[in-house]
Amino acid sequence: MTDTVAQPASVATTSPDTMAWDSGLRRLMMIYLPLGCFVLILLFPFYWMAITSFKPNAELMNYKEHNPFWISSPTLVHIKHLLFDTAYPRWLWTTMLVAIGSTTLSLIASTLAAYAIERLRFRGSPYVGLGIYLAYLVPPSILFIPLATVVVQFGLFDSPMALILVYPTFLVPFCTWLLIGYFKSIPYELEECALVDGATRLQILRRITLPLAVPGLISAGIFSFTLSWNEFIYALAFIQSGANKTVPVAILTELVTGDVYQWGALMAGSLLGSLPVAIFYSLFVDYYVSSLTGAVKE
Amino acid sequence: MSVTTLSSPTLVQRQPGWIARLLDYKPFLIVMCLAPAIGLLSVFLTYPLGLGIWLAFTDTTIGRNGVFVGFENFQYLLTDSLWWNAVFYSVIYTGIATFGKFALGFWLAMLLNNHFPFKSLLRAIILMPWIVPTVLSALAFWWIYDPQFSIISYLLVDVLHWRTSNIDFLGSPWPARFSLIAANIWRGIPFVAISLLAGLQTISPSLYEAAMLDGASAWQRFRYITFPMMMPILAIVMTFSIIFTFTDFQLVYAITRGGPGNSTHLLATLAFQRGIAGGELGEGAAIAVSMIPFLVFATLFSYFGLARRKWQQGESND
Repeated sequence: MTDTVAQPASVATTSPDTMAWDSGLRRLMMIYLPLGCFVLILLFPFYWMAITSFKPNAELMNYKEHNPFWISSPTLVHIKHLLFDTAYPRWLWTTMLVAIGSTTLSLIASTLAAYAIERLRFRGSPYVGLGIYLAYLVPPSILFIPLATVVVQFGLFDSPMALILVYPTFLVPFCTWLLIGYFKSIPYELEECALVDGATRLQILRRITLPLAVPGLISAGIFSFTLSWNEFIYALAFIQSGANKTVPVAILTELVTGDVYQWGALMAGSLLGSLPVAIFYSLFVDYYVSSLTGAVKE
Repeated sequence: MSVTTLSSPTLVQRQPGWIARLLDYKPFLIVMCLAPAIGLLSVFLTYPLGLGIWLAFTDTTIGRNGVFVGFENFQYLLTDSLWWNAVFYSVIYTGIATFGKFALGFWLAMLLNNHFPFKSLLRAIILMPWIVPTVLSALAFWWIYDPQFSIISYLLVDVLHWRTSNIDFLGSPWPARFSLIAANIWRGIPFVAISLLAGLQTISPSLYEAAMLDGASAWQRFRYITFPMMMPILAIVMTFSIIFTFTDFQLVYAITRGGPGNSTHLLATLAFQRGIAGGELGEGAAIAVSMIPFLVFATLFSYFGLARRKWQQGESND
């Protein structure tokens, strides 16, 4: 009770967010220390991944003579092995192709759908929107077995095309929902003006709505790209030949061989496989966060 | 704003021709716009969902079309100790991981809601576990949980001298189960924290000021302002989290593949093992379908149990 009495005095002078924190020491203990622990734990696996990929095997397996948290003699041997002795570049290329293909497809489909639902307003449009949103709640784990038979029926088994066509099932619902939110924020008067001036609906979409929705499109694009880059279960179930695998699947099925795991190469593969999304993400981090939180708030 | 659209010369001209007129015909345009999305979703989502339920009632295997066998697959599952094992672990996995993610994620969100330098940088860094491919970070965890060269064992044994022997993380059932849950929590914290942070930022500071003037303690402010105000967003995030934790596949498949001794199978990994790897499509589909009641229950629980607000109708929260 004593500190609740003392607090109101400081409230008036400090900003609302820092209301409760009076002394620097208390702030340190209550905010910076826990935050530091969170950051340390959340980032440690990446540090460990990175440091393992540059460690020579001798250091990797000997904690007594070498400090495991640091590298005495860094080496590129694991990365060289990965790039020149395995099909890793091929896997990266396939993953990139699949991610870009499915992102493009989903962006086109969901922009049109969101425009129809939000702007062309017809009887039942909210229900179509709800239906598309509900599709997002169907997890891939339930679908992959029947989808595998569908993919076989279409003759797409073992082809990256199967992934490009299947990934929109979880990308389109998300992107549509995100873009509906963005279209909502664009004043309808702009479109009315254009309609009065005799523009066609498609002209309006192309020249007014889409340019104004560019931030939304970027958010949806980044989100789709990372989601398709990370996708695992469909890629595991639909792709069989080593050359057509995506990076996450290939590392787990092609690099994990025998009883002795080559941790250096495995971690180097994980690091290289994570880098594209990490770089992509860091370029557009604000869009990413806004799409993440925006979609949840909608 | 409207001036720029008015002055654009191309908008003023009406393009003649039947294509342009057709494209301006609203019902046609609506169908055209919805066709790609609805088409993709029907062919690759709705149809497989129905097909999956049908497959669950047949004895289809890879390479052979099955015949309708009624509830035989499900009857078999009820007598299958592995399936019960997977149900048991799926429930525990979801329960503990969701609790951990939300407790820690909520805490992290409240920490991030304070003012400090490099806040946006920190927020960006914290999302890393969530954007990196799960399988790749799972591999890092696999290496961290290595029986011989685990860095955690090294810390506890050689640095801190708290233990005398290495921890066998993945070698026996219970440690393996909890190791996987820990990895899942690690991966889930950022998503929960960033989503909840967005919710926290919408709470008006004046509420806290009013409460403090009335002499509310920090706990009371959390309990009677933060928590109730966060309920709607908590409900949504938790629904998502529960659905995707219960149906998780990647983490378990990458780290243990259901081992040791099938003790860490989730329903999804068991379905994969039976359906794709084992070729028993019908039985695998039945296992996948058996997840649906759990999911519906969890969704209804978190949707209606936690949320009593206007956002259900798509309106704003205030």
